[in-house]
Amino acid sequence: MDNIVKSFAGIKALNDVHLDLREGELHALMGENGAGKSTLMKILTGVYSKDSGTIKLASEDGSLKEVEIKTPLQAQHLGISMVFQEFNLLDNMDIAENIFLGREPVDRKHCIDKKKMYADAKKWLDKVHLDIDPKSKVSDLSVGFKQLLEIAKCLSFNARIIILDEPTASLTDRESETLFSIIDELKRNNISIVYISHRMEEVFNLADRITVFRDGTYIDTVERKNFKEDEIIKMMIGRELQEDVSARAIKGGSDEIALEVQNIKVYKNSTPVNLKLRKGEILGMFGLVGAGRTELSRVIFGIDPVGDGRILVDGKEIKITRPLDAIKAGIALVPEDRKDLGLILGMSVKDNMLLPKLGTFTSPVLNKKDISNITGTYIQDLSIALASEEEEVKNLSGGNQQKVVIAKWMAMNPKILIMDEPTRGIDIGAKSEIYAIMRKLTEEGMSIIMISSEMAEIQKVSDRVIVMHEGSVTGEMSVDEATQATIMNAAIGMEN
Amino acid sequence: MKKIKFDTFRQMVLVIILIAMCAVWAIMSPNFLTMNNLMNVVRQASYTAIASVGMTMVIIIGEIDLSAGSLIAASGMIAAAVYKSTGNIVLAFAAAILSGVLVGLFNGVLCAKGKLPGFIATLASMTILRALGYIITGGDPISVMDKTFTALGTGYLGVIPIPVIIMVICIIIGSFIMNKTRFGRYVYAVGGNAETSKWSGLNVDKVKILVYVFMGVLTSVAGIIVAARLGSGQPSAGQSFEMDCITAAVVGGTSMAGGKGKISGTIVGVLLLTVLVNGMTLIDVNSYWQQVIKGVIIVVSVLMDTRTKKAK
Repeated sequence: MDNIVKSFAGIKALNDVHLDLREGELHALMGENGAGKSTLMKILTGVYSKDSGTIKLASEDGSLKEVEIKTPLQAQHLGISMVFQEFNLLDNMDIAENIFLGREPVDRKHCIDKKKMYADAKKWLDKVHLDIDPKSKVSDLSVGFKQLLEIAKCLSFNARIIILDEPTASLTDRESETLFSIIDELKRNNISIVYISHRMEEVFNLADRITVFRDGTYIDTVERKNFKEDEIIKMMIGRELQEDVSARAIKGGSDEIALEVQNIKVYKNSTPVNLKLRKGEILGMFGLVGAGRTELSRVIFGIDPVGDGRILVDGKEIKITRPLDAIKAGIALVPEDRKDLGLILGMSVKDNMLLPKLGTFTSPVLNKKDISNITGTYIQDLSIALASEEEEVKNLSGGNQQKVVIAKWMAMNPKILIMDEPTRGIDIGAKSEIYAIMRKLTEEGMSIIMISSEMAEIQKVSDRVIVMHEGSVTGEMSVDEATQATIMNAAIGMEN
Repeated sequence: MKKIKFDTFRQMVLVIILIAMCAVWAIMSPNFLTMNNLMNVVRQASYTAIASVGMTMVIIIGEIDLSAGSLIAASGMIAAAVYKSTGNIVLAFAAAILSGVLVGLFNGVLCAKGKLPGFIATLASMTILRALGYIITGGDPISVMDKTFTALGTGYLGVIPIPVIIMVICIIIGSFIMNKTRFGRYVYAVGGNAETSKWSGLNVDKVKILVYVFMGVLTSVAGIIVAARLGSGQPSAGQSFEMDCITAAVVGGTSMAGGKGKISGTIVGVLLLTVLVNGMTLIDVNSYWQQVIKGVIIVVSVLMDTRTKKAK
């Protein structure tokens, strides 16, 4: 792809960018959110049309021929396929129906040839070593299997180029390993892969080349032998990354207990959870998928019932039956799923930020000045990049969206902030900004529970670490004691 | 670079179309621009406009109210009946509005707590209410010829018909709530994403119920005016009235998906449709063709929304 230019409503999303892909290579595309990676891929797959520039594909005789890709169908015919971060699957249909949607094999009577469809589906499933009945419903599949199913779908379109967008974002380590071995096989079959990911370690392991975009501009392409982490980061964010203190200089956490959880059963048969959150500390909560951390946070915040347990804030028991009770007690929750639970995408930044705060104003009539003061302060404090506070939140990058969710709760001055996977899907620059915000908040007296599946993040940011496994607490330690081995053992349920 | 927001642009277009239509009718029929006719048009629009204020809010919150027409009939009959037996206009008004509150509560509680989609809940109340009306009156209208009562529908305050004054008051109240109060923000929030609203501490059920109750109140006010205009409370009043309200809201830019819409847009929608019908009647267009043209307008206005919103 050469000299690609693309603008949306006058704003240049891609400015004369370039990308080339060799046969059988894994080419990583890196850059902060908003750098233009997804936009370029959407042009390649026919979802968007480029304003100018050329796309050339290798034809049978080996020469490069220019092509026009105006629709996704054209892209598919040219052998270009993409697996989206959020998947493109119909949960209510089975695997085979999903693979062959729109091109189901028909028999002579023009009815769907179910036998052939399931047989063909099995063929494609075998190619990704997915040993599952093609008649199973997609909704029954784990995230890891859905990922592999998407790849099977791509192969069924005879894809020569497969684009993977943040493929390991919701996968366990085990599932990621499976994915990587499938990727190896694809490469050996001369299929080229464009790999979009923020995970440096992964990219360094897998990629043959890395191309970096920044602010819609092509920066550079680096060969494997020249991979250097801080150089790539510098290319991505255009400046040196402030090396965060790897562990906090002054340990957060006084002896006062801000939040205490007693006897809460996260799952029907799990051991009740008892937990203490010290004032001013960041408590990292690690665990594998299904450990029960999000479920625990839902109970504390009043979404799920407390049952026989008790929740104490500053030593006093609080009755929590709905989120408003938790909020009034000084608890706030930044949910894992920021788009569906943390934000109202169609509303402005201002309206999103004010949602919980509105209930605290004495007058039911809105006061423009009070509102602007509040929203203006937080936009500045959190360095949220915006044209105006009236902008719809859905237009913001992931990092800025997360900042809006954080701002929304900061406006409530909570004593306790629970953050569920706060930096998921967020680029390096915004990640360190969020860590800095978290540190500042605890210095000002807030106590934070950070749920995270990223070991490095837990080790870097927490003062103390708690590990959960199948609904119970299996490990509790200070961050100094939290080695990879100790954390992992607790997470998989092994006795120490 | 400051661009006019799409919503404002759309409203401007609607107003221009309205003015253009008036100009066309004025040319085609000398009777259109008479004070008498124009006041008739606005009076005719008033019942729909009043209830459409409420319907806009219901649609914004992501639901719908199909019981409006049946409530027009029910509230009209209750107002007529109470006035007939007590001679007290205030009591009659209050009783009718109470019926609106009760229907709204029924709809709202069934929808919010009963977790029924608003479509189903109000489909039920629509059917039950209409039937009850026929059962209780035996199918006969309750006629009230008394000037105090009919003034609500036919009277004037100076040159302005009373229904129009009531309409303006309802529009002001509705717009104030939606634009200037936190409850208005809650309505947009719940319509935009009810889950996020819940996770932000909002009482989603309460908001839904209150919106349905407000809709019930407004509809009952419209029902009183209709009965006053007709001089009787009729069990058959308001047939497909809810459709007119929904049409007005959609043409006015309210999104059926919820979370977006303005009362001002809906009012322009009501006026547009009323002027359209009035003009077509003046130039003697067959009433069935009028329906066809109404349908075309709906399609065109929604297409206008989807086409301009898709950026490729």
